[in-house]
Amino acid sequence: MSSISFIALKTIWIKECTRFLRIWVQTLVPPAITMTLYFVIFGSIVGERIGDMGGRPYMEFIVPGLIMMSIITNSYSNVASSFFSAKFQRNIEEMLVAPVSPAVIIGGYVGGGLARALIVAIIVTCVSFLFVENVSIHHAGILVLTVILTSTLFSLGGLINAIHAKTFDDISIVPTFVLTPLTYLGGVFFSIQLLPGIWEQVAQANPVLYMVNAFRYGFLGVSDVNVGVALAVIIGFNLVLFTLAFTLLKRGAGIRS
Amino acid sequence: MKALSIRGLKKTYKGGHEALKGIDLDVEEGDFFALLGPNGAGKSTTIGIISSLVNKSSGTVNVFGYDLDTQLVDLKRQIGLVPQEFNFNQFETVQQIVVNQAGYYGVPRELAKQRAEKYLKQLSLWDKRDSPARMLSGGMKRRLMIARALLHEPKLLILDEPTAGVDIELRRSMWDYLETINKQGITIILTTHYLEEAETLCRNIGIIDHGTIIENTSIKRLLATLNMETFVFDLAVSEGQSSTANLTLESFTWRALDDHTIEVDVEKSQGLNRVFEQLSAQHVTVLSMRNKANRLEELFVNLVEKGRKPTAAEA
Repeated sequence: MSSISFIALKTIWIKECTRFLRIWVQTLVPPAITMTLYFVIFGSIVGERIGDMGGRPYMEFIVPGLIMMSIITNSYSNVASSFFSAKFQRNIEEMLVAPVSPAVIIGGYVGGGLARALIVAIIVTCVSFLFVENVSIHHAGILVLTVILTSTLFSLGGLINAIHAKTFDDISIVPTFVLTPLTYLGGVFFSIQLLPGIWEQVAQANPVLYMVNAFRYGFLGVSDVNVGVALAVIIGFNLVLFTLAFTLLKRGAGIRS
Repeated sequence: MKALSIRGLKKTYKGGHEALKGIDLDVEEGDFFALLGPNGAGKSTTIGIISSLVNKSSGTVNVFGYDLDTQLVDLKRQIGLVPQEFNFNQFETVQQIVVNQAGYYGVPRELAKQRAEKYLKQLSLWDKRDSPARMLSGGMKRRLMIARALLHEPKLLILDEPTAGVDIELRRSMWDYLETINKQGITIILTTHYLEEAETLCRNIGIIDHGTIIENTSIKRLLATLNMETFVFDLAVSEGQSSTANLTLESFTWRALDDHTIEVDVEKSQGLNRVFEQLSAQHVTVLSMRNKANRLEELFVNLVEKGRKPTAAEA
């Protein structure tokens, strides 16, 4: 990467981080409150009646899933709302008139989504300390790799959504009708081994399942799926979405007439 | 060297609207060039294509020798764009906006901050550097867009109606600033609806209508083609002259606007001296005189109307 591209990449990244830090009440506080509620309701109140899951107390079992859920929603919504706002206010033109390549634009926005997801992940992990006494880390490398790959994946998803979106409603359709069902059915609150027969196999078509389980493996050392397969699936989705985002930006889809 | 060279540029939008029908246009290095045309004529589409905000359908665009299709990165570095509408992030501060823009062009952050100070001071915005852009007045926002376009120190500055909605005082200070940077070597292309602005600032002109260039020449040469001008005279009528109604002006077409004001159509061959001679002979003192309309405006209207007259076949 040339030094000019690196400066442009750093500029977009700093701009993105400044944006979500400036509105921290909207971007960083809500995940902490939402996850506290999940821990209280599903962990403390309901969890005690459920007992163990995956060989762990229910509260410990859901911690990785809830952190991953925060990572997914925050990385996606950060890029989707920021890029669409730039389109809506037309300040995306600041980048389009400059010698900034599509790869640099993708890198800058994804970097912003990744930064927000990491900060939220740290906040939610700290919240989990209030409810779980021993948060152990089984494999730090897999933990970090899964966080980075998942944040990147959903940042790319948010970017593609924003490229296609024509109204603010369009950037809430995918999170509502696709992302939320996939996340809830992706093994955040339960082990897919509990699903009857065919449904266990159907659940394996859900990409979120691989992210939640790879992350859970990094934390607890337990997973419903093979961790190698899980990482391969996430990397595969990343490559597909990056190629799609790059092609769309290069063509000027949704941003050039 | 040519700052801009356009050949056979065409643009047809998705709905089938043909915005540009194969235009050719040249702008020399160091020029102050006006691109004029009625609303919807194709000015913004042309600027959009040059600054790569709009994809062209066909044709070639060269900026300082760099080709739009094959040397896009180098071409973009030559251009600073001041768009018609405010297109910065309203929540960012003035300094963030200009420093970030420099960053997109690869200007290191420390250097960008130094340049931001220089240009924001020149455009009287330094005191507002920490204010969010939404808190600025309309005139300040216009100046901010000029500062933003200059941060990477382009050789060609394109301004799309930069003084729209700006008060007279600020407009004149912006004219002064643009003249100064033009003298320093920056080529300027300007679109405007204020023809006085084009006549005051620009040396060469292109007039575009219905996606076609209908005139591309120097302003001096264009004004020389104006055969007739209308002048308004404010008169002090002396004793014995009850009103302008009693005046006579032989071989001139003229109209009385009120008791003390007349307007006279003067052909280039007639000259103004004969008007003064006849008024003087009737003991009428001329207090002041002015053009009824901007000269360029008259030519512009004539050219556009001429271009729109139906041909015999169309009629």
